[in-house]
Amino acid sequence: MGKLPMRARVATTLGGAAGRMSRLAGRGDGSVIGGVIGLRVEPGLLSLLAADRQVVLVTGTNGKTTTTRLITSALSALGQQVASNAFGANMEAGLAAALGAAPEAPYAVLETDEKYVPSVLQATNARVVTLLNLSRDQMDRAAEIWLVARRWREAFEAAPDCRVVANADDPLIAWAASGAHQVTWVAAGQRWHEDSWCCPRCGSHLRRDDLGWRCGECEFSRPSARWVLDGSSVIDSAGRVTELSLALPGRANRSNAVMALAVAEVFGVSPAAALQKMRSVTSVAGRYTQVERDGRTVRLLLAKNPAGWLEAFDVLDPARAPVLLSVNAQVPDGRDTSWLWDVDYRVVRDRPVFVSGERGLDLAVRLEADGVPFELVGGIDEAVSRVRPGGTLDVIANYTAFQQIRTAVGRAA
Amino acid sequence: MGAHARGPSNLRLVWVYPDLLSTYGDRGNLLVLERRARLRGIGVEAIQVNADQPVPRHGDIYLLGGGEDLPQVLAARRLRTDAGLAAAAAQGSVVFAVCAGYQLIGAEFGGDKGQPVAGLEILDIRSGRGERRGVGEILADVDPELGVPRLSGFENHQGVTRIGPGARPLARVLTGVGNGDGTEGAYAGRVLGTYLHGPALVRNPALADLLLSWAVGTLPPLDGEYEAWTARFREQRLAAVPVG
Repeated sequence: MGKLPMRARVATTLGGAAGRMSRLAGRGDGSVIGGVIGLRVEPGLLSLLAADRQVVLVTGTNGKTTTTRLITSALSALGQQVASNAFGANMEAGLAAALGAAPEAPYAVLETDEKYVPSVLQATNARVVTLLNLSRDQMDRAAEIWLVARRWREAFEAAPDCRVVANADDPLIAWAASGAHQVTWVAAGQRWHEDSWCCPRCGSHLRRDDLGWRCGECEFSRPSARWVLDGSSVIDSAGRVTELSLALPGRANRSNAVMALAVAEVFGVSPAAALQKMRSVTSVAGRYTQVERDGRTVRLLLAKNPAGWLEAFDVLDPARAPVLLSVNAQVPDGRDTSWLWDVDYRVVRDRPVFVSGERGLDLAVRLEADGVPFELVGGIDEAVSRVRPGGTLDVIANYTAFQQIRTAVGRAA
Repeated sequence: MGAHARGPSNLRLVWVYPDLLSTYGDRGNLLVLERRARLRGIGVEAIQVNADQPVPRHGDIYLLGGGEDLPQVLAARRLRTDAGLAAAAAQGSVVFAVCAGYQLIGAEFGGDKGQPVAGLEILDIRSGRGERRGVGEILADVDPELGVPRLSGFENHQGVTRIGPGARPLARVLTGVGNGDGTEGAYAGRVLGTYLHGPALVRNPALADLLLSWAVGTLPPLDGEYEAWTARFREQRLAAVPVG
């Protein structure tokens, strides 16, 4: 009941968790194990660790890790420590570990797996939840996306103190967020429409035009936005137009950045101050990294699902540089490669295409059906050797394929 | 009429309701049929019909994909009202339906709360909800009548399907769940359904050719790059999945 026992309990748990975590710090991509142990000792650990902090959750199908990083950078303008699970460990153990590693940080920006949003929101009493987008992804293990949206909506209805910062251009996101008590709408764009032909509220057809989307039957339509992504600039809540000028490439990252600016505003960080910090982000957990390999430049892009591939194509070298496409189907990737058929590969017809990965043959058949000439290679080194010295190789890979390639080129770098 | 109503050169492939019934790679079946027809010099007209458009009655092959619960119920309701698909099937057009699409061409299936929902009654099957979700690779041996080698695919569904006297099981399950009683899929005449979801025809080119031959008659075998990659891919998948 009283404050003292509660605080003592927090201190004990924190001390124990922090101790375990400090031993683990610096090993691999971090301290998930510490979080697992901590949660086993104290199931309420996440809630204890989050108490008295301002917590931001970041979720959606694509862009979670990058947006988490951008928000963390933006909030660093406040001059105080910001806890974050920067490496994408986005389930409860990873979140607990991130908080435990920064016990003094008054702010926390936590990438959160879509399925865990309701329980993590409840445990952390998050001040802000950032909703990026929802589309088909690893359906052999993830829930159907309409069901995910419904669970989010119910969780927001039960959290009156939480502000949801939501992408108004994604109808399923808009429907989930419209259950919240406080919403900041952001027109962050939506390139992938294949999962949102129907109204999330009534199931009828959505109509799309330059102004957004609107249900033909019920009243549901794109909410008017406080923040708007307009090409390479942002129109902020005061109507000012600012060039984003990010170091990170592509439309998807401009969208992530505008979401981050809207979150920063909640904490009193101006767009100018936030952007100054965000422009220093050049790569995120290996994504967008450029490495030299045998005299060639290799650029790494991660794409885990059809919407992600669409965004990765947008970032390809405009000079028709060769591209290596690599696909695995391990558990973290999803065991099912059917999604390859939702990606339109015809856009890479005009450049040399190499194919690798444990499911390279799935990709080969897919490219053949799209009439894309390609060459099956044994791995990153063979692809690099086919590029002229001094040239560039773009690499697009899904999750474990990306990690394998990153490890291979990382050893040489 | 029906299958014979098409023009002299064009095979009409109709993808039914990709806006409601396309969760995971369903486009692959359309692309594979199109590719395999064109490689044989058959012209193709690929038509995508959204749920707010009428279903044309003179297609040669109709494709239905998978879908989440609510879109499946909505699709069934609209297709019953539209009546175009049932009319085409009655005239002898080919229907290939996958997963949610397979269930909804039957007499009945389980809705989003498990409630029975009326299907199109194009195929004599009844589906409901099973105890657990079947997710993973599936292998099944096809009814010898059809002359198609072993099916390889991926399934992801919670459906259980009983086949009535008016239809036959498509295959017998070696690995996986299928209809839930050891059989997989069903067919009658030129209507064929399966739980192999998404791009089922990619791994099973002989099944794709069976559907094409129902529409256009006997086909010459394919060779060349496309067929070589398809064969390698199929062999790899068959070798990767243990029987039983």
